[in-house]
Amino acid sequence: MQTEEMMINMGPQHPSTHGVLRMILRTDGEVVSEATPNIGYLHRGLEKIGEKLNYHQFMPYTDRIDYLAAMNCNMAYAMAVEKLAAIEVPERAQYIRVIMAEFNRIASHLVFFGTSGLEAGAWTPIVYGFRERETILDLFEMTCGARLTYNYMRIGGVSADLPDGFIRKAEEFLDYFEPKVKEYNNLLTYNRIFINRMVNIGVMRPELAIAYGVTGPNLRGSGVKWDLRKNESYSVYDKFEFEVPVGTGELGTVGDAWNRYRVRMLEIEQSVKIIRQALKQIPQGEVKAKVGRVFKPPAGEVYVRAENPRGELGFYIISDGSANPYRLRIRAPSFNNISVASEIVRNTMIADMVLILGSLDVVLPEIDR
Amino acid sequence: MNIQEIADKLKGRFGDSVEFVPVATGDSFIMVKRESLIPEARFLHETPELYFDSLMCLTGVDYPDNFTVVYHLFSTRHLHKLVLKVSGAKDSLVQSVSGIWPTANWFERETYDLLGVKFDNHPNLTRILLPDDWTGHPLRKDYQYPKTYQGCPCEI
Repeated sequence: MQTEEMMINMGPQHPSTHGVLRMILRTDGEVVSEATPNIGYLHRGLEKIGEKLNYHQFMPYTDRIDYLAAMNCNMAYAMAVEKLAAIEVPERAQYIRVIMAEFNRIASHLVFFGTSGLEAGAWTPIVYGFRERETILDLFEMTCGARLTYNYMRIGGVSADLPDGFIRKAEEFLDYFEPKVKEYNNLLTYNRIFINRMVNIGVMRPELAIAYGVTGPNLRGSGVKWDLRKNESYSVYDKFEFEVPVGTGELGTVGDAWNRYRVRMLEIEQSVKIIRQALKQIPQGEVKAKVGRVFKPPAGEVYVRAENPRGELGFYIISDGSANPYRLRIRAPSFNNISVASEIVRNTMIADMVLILGSLDVVLPEIDR
Repeated sequence: MNIQEIADKLKGRFGDSVEFVPVATGDSFIMVKRESLIPEARFLHETPELYFDSLMCLTGVDYPDNFTVVYHLFSTRHLHKLVLKVSGAKDSLVQSVSGIWPTANWFERETYDLLGVKFDNHPNLTRILLPDDWTGHPLRKDYQYPKTYQGCPCEI
């Protein structure tokens, strides 16, 4: 039956759009016939700010690219500048970076786990997810004093060595945390209602994902085994054994919302595995290479990408030999991940659209920069 | 394939419109002419042994005498990368590659929004991050910060 179409504004202030995202919907009853994301509400001009500051000064701004994974953003930026200036990072610093990045990945995926539950109407998961995330934030706090915007890494290493007792506390947490993942799976992953809501919606074919530059767990949910930590191994990731989980269609279809969700839950387990190995193998030594306060990398340009919890974060830096970058481009994974939304939510119910957007796990400051 | 081999392959097909530029620090790149961008991009995308199916990043740079648009390409099949550049005068049009890589649609809108590079044949070349009534393009080197926006003072 053909009924009259209606335009609906969803957001920018809407609890289920994960921040200030506005979706302009053309609806036919409860069915979304067209959805257009409208972004930019959080644009702060980070790229312009980057041109006005020197290389060291930009580090705290990278925290604000993806606030749920600030360590990973710090790391990607530091890696880009280090490649530009050919700086050798001490091995202990590399290990610390990997430990922090993987802890942050777990913390980020825990927020995703919680909000996925919320979107399907389940309140409990977010309480569980945040309970464990708190402990990770405690570990960060004892390392660098901050719980959200860390500004911990430096060009050439990290700002300070691990505090006394960090390794013991981290291991204690992992021993406590690992069984909890099973609990999450019992609670939500294999919950009958949750499965029925999540399977077979928002199916993204691998070709579509690649064409739209979708990366990270969203791409892997479509069955593409692609992880920069493995395929383009950086830092010391090649020293650890870990798997790259992909969507298998265990339930539903490969590339649907449930498979994207499942990939993240499996990644949590792999991150635990990486951290355990890193805590065991971490060598003694310096944690920062000598980099002058007046720092002028040679003229040139680099594009460096790293595997963040949301996909590939890329930094394209052009140096003209002065203390400030000539151009600092941030290629944020969520920007591409949300651009595919209008393709995969077409002809779904409004309530399902909320779940599909949630399964893309976008972070708005990263989209708007 | 490394970038030199890719450049040779492109040169063999398109001749002098392709220029290989080695860079001492960082990534070397290929500079192509504005007029031949689309056939060359299509060639890079469709030739089986090149198969650049992924556009990792697209951005613009404001140089004193020209605009340069930079394409970071990657092949998920062959795992090789390529930095492609095209430059032109500040008011010139660059052909949109959104018909070849759909992700370019938003990237080009962002480049237009922040830098003012105009893309020809783009399906919807409108501002994406800034409000529609914003004047100017902030990432330009000569950008003047506005004194007011919709009557509100916004000087820094």
